Amino acid sequence: MRERPAKVVVRLEVNGDRHQLAVEPRTTLLEALRYELGLTGSKQGCDKGDCGACTVLVDGRPVLSCLTLAIEAEGRRITTIEGLAKGGKVHPVQDAFDLSGALQCGFCQPGMMLSAAALLERTPKPTRREIKEALSGNLCRCTGYKQIIDAVELASAQRALPERDERPTTGASREG
Amino acid sequence: MLTLPPFEYHAPTSVEEAVALLGAHPGAKLIAGGTDILPNMKHRLLSPAHLVGLKAVRGLSDMKEEDGCLRLGAMLTIAELAKSPRVRTLFPSLSRAAEQIAGPQLREMGTLGGNLCLDTRCIYFNQTHFWRKALGFCLKKDGTVCHVVKGGTRCVAAASNDTAPVLMTLGATVRLAGPAGGRELPIGELYVADGVANTVLRPDELVVELRLPVPEGRVLAGFQKLRVRASIDFPLLSVALAAKVEADGRVDWLRLAVTALGARPHSLGGLERFAGRRLDEPLIAELGRLAQKQCHPLGNIDVEPQWRRQMLPVLVRRALAEALTVPA
Ligand SMILES: Cc1cc2nc3c(=O)[nH]c(=O)nc-3n(C[C@H](O)[C@H](O)[C@H](O)COP(=O)(O)OP(=O)(O)OC[C@H]3O[C@@H](n4cnc5c(N)ncnc54)[C@H](O)[C@@H]3O)c2cc1C
Ligand code: SF4
Ligand code: FES
Ligand code: FES
Repeated sequence: MRERPAKVVVRLEVNGDRHQLAVEPRTTLLEALRYELGLTGSKQGCDKGDCGACTVLVDGRPVLSCLTLAIEAEGRRITTIEGLAKGGKVHPVQDAFDLSGALQCGFCQPGMMLSAAALLERTPKPTRREIKEALSGNLCRCTGYKQIIDAVELASAQRALPERDERPTTGASREG
Repeated sequence: MLTLPPFEYHAPTSVEEAVALLGAHPGAKLIAGGTDILPNMKHRLLSPAHLVGLKAVRGLSDMKEEDGCLRLGAMLTIAELAKSPRVRTLFPSLSRAAEQIAGPQLREMGTLGGNLCLDTRCIYFNQTHFWRKALGFCLKKDGTVCHVVKGGTRCVAAASNDTAPVLMTLGATVRLAGPAGGRELPIGELYVADGVANTVLRPDELVVELRLPVPEGRVLAGFQKLRVRASIDFPLLSVALAAKVEADGRVDWLRLAVTALGARPHSLGGLERFAGRRLDEPLIAELGRLAQKQCHPLGNIDVEPQWRRQMLPVLVRRALAEALTVPA
C-alpha cells in the first residue's frame, strides 16, 4: 500500500463566502462542496462527467464539479445552486422552473438551472436552439426536457419584470 | 460514487518546472482540464502517485499568428477554440470539430493539449475495476488477452480525439517540451498504432503548442462525426477532409483523415491520384470507396462495426459537401 499523501489546505470562495478546508489532494470540488461544506444541492449523479447533475459555475462558466479538483478551484468564484437566489429573492430561472413545472424527480434541476443561468447571463434572449445547446450537457432521466426548455424561455422573458403577478405564466413557444 | 485514488498534487508555474517535476517523479502524470484523466483514475485505469497540474503554467493559453502560422497553446480550452472567430475564419473544420467535442461544460474544461493526448478508448477498458475484473481484464491494463481481436497481441483501443484528424489534414505540427529542450513533429507522427500508449511522448515531455500553417490559396475543409447522442458522446467515427483547389476548380492536393477506428488517427494514403481532378461526383464516390478499403472498424466501440463501415463514405460525402459550403 502506498502512503496516503498529507492533507492540503484549500481556500474556496463559494457563493461569496470564503472557506478554508484541509482535504486530501484527491478531493473533487463536488466532494468538498457536499461533504466538507454541507452544500448538497450539487448532485452526485454519474460522478464521471456524463450527466451534468454536479454542474456549478466557476467564474460564471458552467463546469462539472465531479471532474474538478478542489485544489484547482482555489482563487475562483464558485456559484452553486444554493447561491443562485440573491437577497432572499429567487433567481428568475428558479421562478420559471417552478411556474413551468420543469421538474419531476428534481435530481437534474440544480445543474439545469445553473447552466440556464449562465446562458442568460451571456445571451439574455436565447433562441430555443441556443437553450437546447446550452443544456445539452445536462441529462434529465425523467426526460422532462420540454418543460425545462419552456422554463428557460420564460425566465428570459420575465427577467426584466419585477413582480411575480405581472409575469406571464406559460412558456412562449410550445414546439418540442 | 467514484472516488479518486490518492496522489500528491503539484502546481508548476513554468514549462521547465513542469518538465522537472515529471522527471523527479517517475510515473507522474499531467493534468490539464482533467476531463479524461479523472474519469480514468476514478475507474482505476491509472493511479499515478503524482499529478502535475498545468493550470498555473504561464504562456500555454496563447493564440497568435506568427511566421505564417496560427499558434495555439496547449492549454486553450475546447470552448475557446470553438468560439474563436480567428479559428473559424482560418480553419473552419477545426471550429466544427471543437464545437462537437463532448458537451458544453466539458468543452469549458477540456483543453487542446489534453485532447491530443487523450487516452485511447474501448468498451472493454472504460469500465469500473469491478467490471474489468469480472471479465478477467485485458492487454491494455492488468490482463493478457484482447477481447476485441481474439488472439490479438496488440491493443486496438480507439484513438477518440476529434481534433487530431482535422489537424492532420491541415498540416499542423506539434511542439513538445522536454528535459533536453524541445522538438517539433508533424501531428501525424505524434501517434503510433499501439492502444496501450498511442503517442510518442516520453514520460517527461509535454505538448506546449500547435502550429497550423495559414493556408495560401483556396483550401476547403470539412469535418463530420458519427455519434449516438449528438449532444455529448465520443465519436464512433470522425472524418476530416481538406483540399487545396486551384482557380480553375482542379484539385492541387487532397487529404483525408479518420479517427475512432484503431489506436491511431489514420491518414488515408494514395490520394495523390486526385490531383488535377475536380471535386465532382465520381471523385466523391471514388474517395468513399478508397476510405472503405483502407479503414476497418473493429468491435472496440459499442456499436456495430458494419454500421460504422457503411457510414464511412456517407461521412466523406458530407465532409466534402460541408467543405464546399464554407466560404474560402
Ligand atoms: C462524457 C464525455 C464525452 C466526451 N466526448 C468527447 C468527444 O466527443 N471528443 C473528444 O475528442 N473528446 C471527448 N471527451 C474527452 C475530453 O473531454 C476531451 O478530449 C478533452 O479535450 C480532454 O482534455 P483535458 O484537458 O480535459 O485532458 P486531461 O484529462 O487533463 O488529460 C488527458 C490526457 O492528456 C495528458 N495531457 C494533458 N495535457 C497535456 C499536455 N499539454 N502535454 C502532454 N500530455 C497532456 C494527460 O496526462 C492525460 O493523460 C469526452 C469526455 C467525456 C467525459
Ligand atoms: S482493444 Fe483489446 S486490449 Fe485494447 S482495451 Fe480493448 S479489449 Fe483491451
Ligand atoms: S455527476 Fe458530474 S457529470 Fe454526472
Ligand atoms: S427531473 Fe428527474 S432527472 Fe430531471
